[in-house]
Amino acid sequence: MAVYWRDLGRQRHRFDDLKTVMACASPRRSGDELAGIAADSDERRVAARMVLADLPLKAFLTETLIPYETDEVTRLIVDSHDANAFRPVAHMTVGQFRDWLLSYEADTVALTALAPGLTPEMVAAVSKLMRNIDLVAVAAKCCVVTRFRTTVGLPGRLSSRLQPNHPTDDPAGIAASTLDGLLYGVGDAVIGINPATDNVPACITLLEMLDAVRTRFDIPVQSCVLAHVTTSIQAIERGAPLDLVFQSIAGTEKANRGFGVSLSLLAEAQEAAKSLKRGTIGDNVMYFETGQGAALSADAHFGVDQQTVETRAYAVARAFDPFLVNTVVGFIGPEYLYDAKQITRAGLEDHFCAKLMGVPMGCDVCYTNHAEADQDDMDVLMTMLATAGVNFIIAVPGADDVMLNYQSLSYHDVLGLRHLLKRPPAPEFEAWLDKAGWLDPQRRLPPWPDQSPVVQALLGSAAA
Amino acid sequence: MNDHTPINNGAINKDQSNDTQGNDTKSNDPWARFRSSTRARIGLGRAGDGLPTTALLDFQLAHARARDAVHSAVDFDRLATDLSPLPTLRVHSAAPDRPTYLRRPDLGRKLDAASAQRLSADPVAGGWDILFVIADGLSAAAVQVNAAPLIHACHDRLSGWRIGPVVLAEQARVALGDDVATRLGARLVALLVGERPGLSAAESLGVYLTWDAKPGRADSERNCISNIHADGLSIGAAADKLCWLATEAARLKLTGVGLKEDAPSLPGPGNDDKNTQPGLIENA
Repeated sequence: MAVYWRDLGRQRHRFDDLKTVMACASPRRSGDELAGIAADSDERRVAARMVLADLPLKAFLTETLIPYETDEVTRLIVDSHDANAFRPVAHMTVGQFRDWLLSYEADTVALTALAPGLTPEMVAAVSKLMRNIDLVAVAAKCCVVTRFRTTVGLPGRLSSRLQPNHPTDDPAGIAASTLDGLLYGVGDAVIGINPATDNVPACITLLEMLDAVRTRFDIPVQSCVLAHVTTSIQAIERGAPLDLVFQSIAGTEKANRGFGVSLSLLAEAQEAAKSLKRGTIGDNVMYFETGQGAALSADAHFGVDQQTVETRAYAVARAFDPFLVNTVVGFIGPEYLYDAKQITRAGLEDHFCAKLMGVPMGCDVCYTNHAEADQDDMDVLMTMLATAGVNFIIAVPGADDVMLNYQSLSYHDVLGLRHLLKRPPAPEFEAWLDKAGWLDPQRRLPPWPDQSPVVQALLGSAAA
Repeated sequence: MNDHTPINNGAINKDQSNDTQGNDTKSNDPWARFRSSTRARIGLGRAGDGLPTTALLDFQLAHARARDAVHSAVDFDRLATDLSPLPTLRVHSAAPDRPTYLRRPDLGRKLDAASAQRLSADPVAGGWDILFVIADGLSAAAVQVNAAPLIHACHDRLSGWRIGPVVLAEQARVALGDDVATRLGARLVALLVGERPGLSAAESLGVYLTWDAKPGRADSERNCISNIHADGLSIGAAADKLCWLATEAARLKLTGVGLKEDAPSLPGPGNDDKNTQPGLIENA
């Protein structure tokens, strides 16, 4: 195994292996400090980046960070690598790769063709050499489009997940939050509930309720109950109207085992959902969530830094042609991302890395109450991500998730970004808003008077 | 809410006559009948595409309270007074302060050297049927308000039990109870902890019950009662549930997934303990 070093003045910075270079090159973050693998000085951090900049991209094809023999995610990464797609950048160092990504030559066509040739480790490595604006600029050139009943990820658009959670899964409460969101034109990516209780009958009850709302108003959307994948498979077997199968995933076999999943189980779920043929314009049926810190919290990171392990989760996602993927960036807690600076950086890294790999990335722009962050910080991240072309963002009533006890974005934020940046929702959903007469002459969705026919019709029907 | 401006001019919704919880103070709030079914911030109205000022400040107040709950310190002297005449013992985790506590969960699970030494030397150690440990966790307010009443209520229900002194643990997480129970010789430990505050509940207390507690116990080997606060599970109901679980734990000589909560279902909206995504977050 290679040893790496960099001399800076009188100081020799030595790194015993490639994963140490990667960990030390990461921007400072609490999760890597908790794991005891972070650089112990700012100078060492830059020294590691200098080592990385001179490293051939090819090195990642021969030196695996987690052994092939013992980890099925590594096997997936190595076995599915597309050498032909990799060829245009095969001669580059990581530093040269960064410069090329920023160049005009690296346009949407070139980046789309390259995606199957990139491994998570290559992508994570180059992200460590990038500033936040670089992460935005390159991600904005990537385009990953997926379809079910709506088309998500088209250039110039911004989709959203409507998240109507309730602490006891009360159908009336969930319906209220759903209707509230629809009045803001939110939900074109998915209407997705985190259930308080993960069991099959409860899951089916919620799926049937959401499907009734969808068909009643003839809305081109898809729904999802974010239960465990095994719950969804059983719900399908019992004939539930299930659109998307959800699962939390991570970047190592052991961490996935902690979530109770494996690659074969995910394949089984994908087949089950595809067999229902519920998508009208496409058959992307999977919805995955990821987040930096997931592997470390399961003691399944094997000394690899949290951003690199996170990127490996996108290789898992990519294998199942997902409709949606999102990082839960600020949700996992300050022991992994301490403050707004770390959350912002991680959100931009996750989006960039996933997009470069061809994964349809969205983001839950969020934080917990024990992190050093507030809604002002979320304003910054959501605006940067929308500028970077994020596939979708998540929103809850008033930014307050009353079930998971954390703060995400408000329905207001989605609408504000759409209008500010002139990014309408998915075309099928926009057409529905148009047909319903909800858009003003400037193509905005204006505030509704409570007594307006639209509000009365929507809320009145819910009571019926 | 009513009296809104016309829809096509992008103007501000001026009417903000509803109160904090959005209850209708005039008439014809179309959301009124939905508000009883959820505490979600529905029907807030809009100022253009932004939040109306009232809703904005309501949110900031709730967030400020949640942060204060995380960052303020428990007044352990007052807590000891509230617990009297029960004897108490003070300990501190290996996390010296709150910023370290938040970054280093591993340190919050261990006693500092002085505390460990003090407990090991405790002359009254040994033979307790149950030990109560109060950990500040992530909400000082939850502990200050709810911990003493809950422990008094449990003492009332556990006659005949040999109950150890109440251990007051600063900068402490759930697993610290394992270390304490081992050193004090208790076969069952009930650790009360301030839960990660949400905007709607900053004073929520949780209890983790562990049989044969010792360092290295997994969360699957504990039983959890969560959401104990004024708008959630009441002190009386929580004490009933805890003492039922403690009795069953002593009978079966185990806690965790092998001890099913088939106690009669309890009243109150907060009777669920699954408000986290397993594996992605630590609640307290």
